[in-house]
Amino acid sequence: MTDSPEQVIQNVLADLPRHRGVVVDSPPGAGKSTLVVRAAAHIAATGEPLMIVAQTNEQVDDLVVRISDKHPHLRVGRLSAGGYTPPPRLLELAGVRVATRVQDLNDPDIVIATADKWAWISERVWPWAIVDEAYQMRSDKLLRIAGLFERALFVGDPGQLDPFSIVDGDRWSGLSWDPLQSAVSVLLRHNPDLPVHRLPVSWRLPASAAPVVSQAFYPFTGFRSGTGPGDRRLELTTGGMGTVHDRALEEAARSGWALLELPNRHTVRTDGEAVQAVAMLAERLLQRGAVASSEQGERPVTADRIAVGAAHRDQVAAIRAAGLPPEITVDTANRLQGREYDVTIVLHPLSGRRDATAFHLESGRLCVLASRHRHACVVVARAGIAELLDAHPSAEPVQLGVPVKFPDGWEANQAVLEHLARHRV
Amino acid sequence: MTGLKREGDPVRRLEALRGTTPPRPHDARAIAALAANPGCARRALMDGAGIDKDAAARHLGFPAPFGQSPFAITRGNMFEALVKADGCAELLRMLRELLDLPVEEVAYHDVENVGAHLRHTHTRSLLDHAARSTTAAEPVSAATFYDHPLLSLSIAGHTAYLEPDLVAFQLGGRFHVVEVKSFSVIDGQADPAAVAAAARQAAVYVLAMRTTLEELGHDPGLVSHDVVLVCPENFANRPVATLVDVRKQLAVLRRQLTRMTTLDRLLDALPDDLTFDLRPDDDGRPTRPVAELADALSRTTARYAPDCLSTCDMCFFCRDEARQEGASDLLGRQVRDELGGVASVAEALGLADGTRTPAEGQEEIARLLRNAERLRRECLT
Amino acid sequence: MSLLTSLARLRALDEGIAQPVATVRHCHLSRRPMVFIPLKLSGEAAAPLAAMLGTDRDDPRLLVVAQPRNRDLRFAWAAELAGVLLPYVEALTVDTETVERKNADPYERAVDAPQLVVPNQGGVAFTALLGRSTRFRRADGPYPVPGSVPLLGRWLTYFAERAAYPGSSIMLAATEELGRHWASGQSSLEDANLAALMSWITTGPSDEAEDPLVWPPAGPATDPGFDAEVLAPAIESGSAERVAEALRTQLEPTWRLVWQAIDLLAALPEGASVAQRWEQDRGSFSGMAAHVAEGAPPQARRDGAVAAAARLARMERAQAAYDVQRAYDDPMVMAEYRLTGEAFAGEVVETDPENTEGEGRSRKLRPLVVVKTDDPVRLPQGTSLGTPQRRGQGAVLVAADEGLITVKITKGMGRGKTAAPGSVPEVGERVCYTSLTDDFQGSATLPEAEATPWTHGGPPRGYTPDDEDAQEEWS
Repeated sequence: MTDSPEQVIQNVLADLPRHRGVVVDSPPGAGKSTLVVRAAAHIAATGEPLMIVAQTNEQVDDLVVRISDKHPHLRVGRLSAGGYTPPPRLLELAGVRVATRVQDLNDPDIVIATADKWAWISERVWPWAIVDEAYQMRSDKLLRIAGLFERALFVGDPGQLDPFSIVDGDRWSGLSWDPLQSAVSVLLRHNPDLPVHRLPVSWRLPASAAPVVSQAFYPFTGFRSGTGPGDRRLELTTGGMGTVHDRALEEAARSGWALLELPNRHTVRTDGEAVQAVAMLAERLLQRGAVASSEQGERPVTADRIAVGAAHRDQVAAIRAAGLPPEITVDTANRLQGREYDVTIVLHPLSGRRDATAFHLESGRLCVLASRHRHACVVVARAGIAELLDAHPSAEPVQLGVPVKFPDGWEANQAVLEHLARHRV
Repeated sequence: MTGLKREGDPVRRLEALRGTTPPRPHDARAIAALAANPGCARRALMDGAGIDKDAAARHLGFPAPFGQSPFAITRGNMFEALVKADGCAELLRMLRELLDLPVEEVAYHDVENVGAHLRHTHTRSLLDHAARSTTAAEPVSAATFYDHPLLSLSIAGHTAYLEPDLVAFQLGGRFHVVEVKSFSVIDGQADPAAVAAAARQAAVYVLAMRTTLEELGHDPGLVSHDVVLVCPENFANRPVATLVDVRKQLAVLRRQLTRMTTLDRLLDALPDDLTFDLRPDDDGRPTRPVAELADALSRTTARYAPDCLSTCDMCFFCRDEARQEGASDLLGRQVRDELGGVASVAEALGLADGTRTPAEGQEEIARLLRNAERLRRECLT
Repeated sequence: MSLLTSLARLRALDEGIAQPVATVRHCHLSRRPMVFIPLKLSGEAAAPLAAMLGTDRDDPRLLVVAQPRNRDLRFAWAAELAGVLLPYVEALTVDTETVERKNADPYERAVDAPQLVVPNQGGVAFTALLGRSTRFRRADGPYPVPGSVPLLGRWLTYFAERAAYPGSSIMLAATEELGRHWASGQSSLEDANLAALMSWITTGPSDEAEDPLVWPPAGPATDPGFDAEVLAPAIESGSAERVAEALRTQLEPTWRLVWQAIDLLAALPEGASVAQRWEQDRGSFSGMAAHVAEGAPPQARRDGAVAAAARLARMERAQAAYDVQRAYDDPMVMAEYRLTGEAFAGEVVETDPENTEGEGRSRKLRPLVVVKTDDPVRLPQGTSLGTPQRRGQGAVLVAADEGLITVKITKGMGRGKTAAPGSVPEVGERVCYTSLTDDFQGSATLPEAEATPWTHGGPPRGYTPDDEDAQEEWS
């Protein structure tokens, strides 16, 4: 039996002073932010200054709000670039100060900024740092800021999308400091003895999703759901009309998953029929007055609690153009990373494709799309993906000295597909 | 894997497909190549029936564009000899460093010294003996190289014997496959395509060894998924050893072998009298009329992609066929995929020009193509 | 590749002749390019066999290693190569211009730079290996080589590194550049064959292009049949002349093709940003020349942590700029963005050049332009836009409605109360706006290599090339 989440957090905090770096792997919704807030307060309590690194302005703002909410006595400095306008929710917070220069922050307990902003700071060293979303951070960014701290806690989700570049990085492959690798890969290759902890419980994913996502995308480490099979309920308060869309929603409400399968056909990426199906599902979900009950109580599934995910930007544009309420989030996997909704509707990356490319097979992409939901995930796909996977030529080039990454995209896709087949309408 | 051995119809059908042409043995390279285009029914049938695709392509007038330079062959042989000289002394030196071995001495078994017909049995008993040592009260800790072991693997109901151009290394009952290749590792890096090919081949050996051990009642996990790749370092002949993790290649191989056993489905769709027989004469020269053979092959569906040009002996034949058909496959997988369901060049251009009415389901690609055509015209005038 | 290129390929296949995918040339072409066609010995990593090179198409130099396994002959060959290449490079370091810089000392930049043209990517890769295998050699010590050899190695390394730098024209691979300007009716894999690609562009497809007896491979690998039937016996015979003649037959057809490829490219008008990128190439060349003159050590075998991050940042910056510049220079490239809805073009149907925003002192001139377009615009309101017609001008998308797009000009219309003449397009003018803009953020400074942090392995051990490097076997 694995340690309880609380025990893991205790272990992490206990390890902090013992090691120069501590890594915490956090599967989807496993309480990464909670851990960051806890660790921040823990370190701040020692009286030593702390810097926090996140990847986007949105993530930074989120952390500022969370820390300030939970620990109002802490003074938090939000460091930003020149063009940044802080959202109103930030300005309301008493202990928070926003500035573009460290010296204007008035020496707070905690300074938070994006990795890009930190890269411009110099001539000061913090005894502690927390690096959030460290698996999505490219190692060259870490190189620019690692001189700013003495010890650090690295937190992130190893199953999501890897960082990338618009240029070919073959010339660095196999190097332990390959700048295109994630911050954590490079850190661990140079410091293999650092402790790596794992948060064992997903609070987001329901009991219907955790085992699927865990087996497909975290085959060696695994995690479980924090809620039991009956703890999350999704109810459609108005009756359906027996259409495939309605039946898909009913299946999803019942089991947490649904695969709306369209006839097998090779299509362009912005497959109109599939786009229509996605839009119709979202529309019907709102019309049927879905209500989600969970350990957090009962609430209607409003448009802002629904997300639509796709692989490509043109697909996102086509879905948006299909006339969804603007409150529904429609985005690519890249941009859905780290977000959470009650219900997600996913256009399967391989739907309508004739050949799978490395892009389509990247396990992180499917992992993000299949793990954003608290209640249910509805996947829209054309039939034929199994045959497509069967016909996929597996002849990826192999670079010497580059550790093999698991899970394999093919296997992960196969595992998810097998599961979805049981929820086909 | 022996469970795959099947009697009866499919096997007979495959033999009929091959006819009087002698079967081409599946070597590790051929098995590894199964992964190159698993969606191609023509290739699956020809491979399943053990047909010499190179000979077939030659007879059809589309010889494969693969050849090996005598310089490369000489160099490869020289390098292998160097690595294996003095009972693999050089190899031992490298393995000691790479695997951090406490070994001073190493035994060397050249299985080739045994007569060819006994080699396979001999290999099995050597592996059995070595594997036993892990469970024995006093393990035989002496390291051993097995050179030219003859392994077998069941492919689509046939037992394939693998060309024994490898060395297996055993210490304390644990095995590593050693693959000697003559491409260079320069500053720690080698041609990724060449490494991938080596890894696929090595995975075949790992699987064959694991299967053998399993059949003998041992733990297949005794064979490491880390294979030792030995290549010349930098610009010299001095060998360097690198560990390559072949777990992914093993998974792919298992998938492909399972697929091979589903040939029945493909066979069912073929006319009963169909054969790819080359009808060789006494000297082995094919006598079957070329048009007849080409016609027989055209009854099976190929899935041509330009990538075949570097992997399949039949590539020029299939490319020619794709040209005759005006298939957009000619332009590559990406173009074909981008065109949605439009398979033919004429159809795609007709949609772009607006001279062709889109069929049901083609409205979107038609719109995209017309838009692209409008933009191209605007830019070119 | 986009649907636009795919369509061009389909058209090429149908019409039997390659189709243009560019209206201007996106690479610089030197007045005196050095064409370089290397061949290597099969089965070896970087054993040279021969090279044909020169700046005069009527006077190629043929350099041959008559006994390719003989190490001394190989170094003699490298020295010969240096004898041709180094004078070409060094002559160009002489004429320089002084470049003034903001916040930095002025520096000297060569008025022209060398340009190496190889047939294909294989040629670039082989040049890199040749550079790697020669730059650490020494003219003194246990295994001396001619003094020019290590210097040659450094320049070859420089050329190959520049070839990987987006938008650089210091080293060109003919197939790559042709492929950027024409779409053939074959796959991009087959385009790597120079003879095949050239025949698509000039006369139409020909099976002969793949026949090694008619068109020998463009290197660096030779045809296995030639190796077996011609080269091996020639080497065996011990006659240097016979080997040289055999190799000449393999190189001459490619020599003609590369020059023909240069002619094809030269016939295209040069893109507007090409000169600017060449200026950067010249700056880089002068930097390299200064490095060599100062006696700096040869390029490292592989980048250290800091060097890798720095190079990546430079390359990403260059790639982004190159993508934007090509689109701004070439309507055919811009069409790809129009197809995906990231750009639109059309006629100006209405303007309000005197539109302002704000009151009093913060009142700003914000001219409005309405464009009618047939393009599928997929840009949200508030998107920052640029326009190839008025580079440096900034605009924002205000509204998009049924093919009528309203754009607000925010930058680049002068400082006066009214817009500077010509800065606001007139009704009837054809304009193009795109979200593609060249405002790549500069990246923050990196630590010094000696200050490499613990996360990246700490400070590297100091590296000085030693005798062992120089002795590295060259079998």
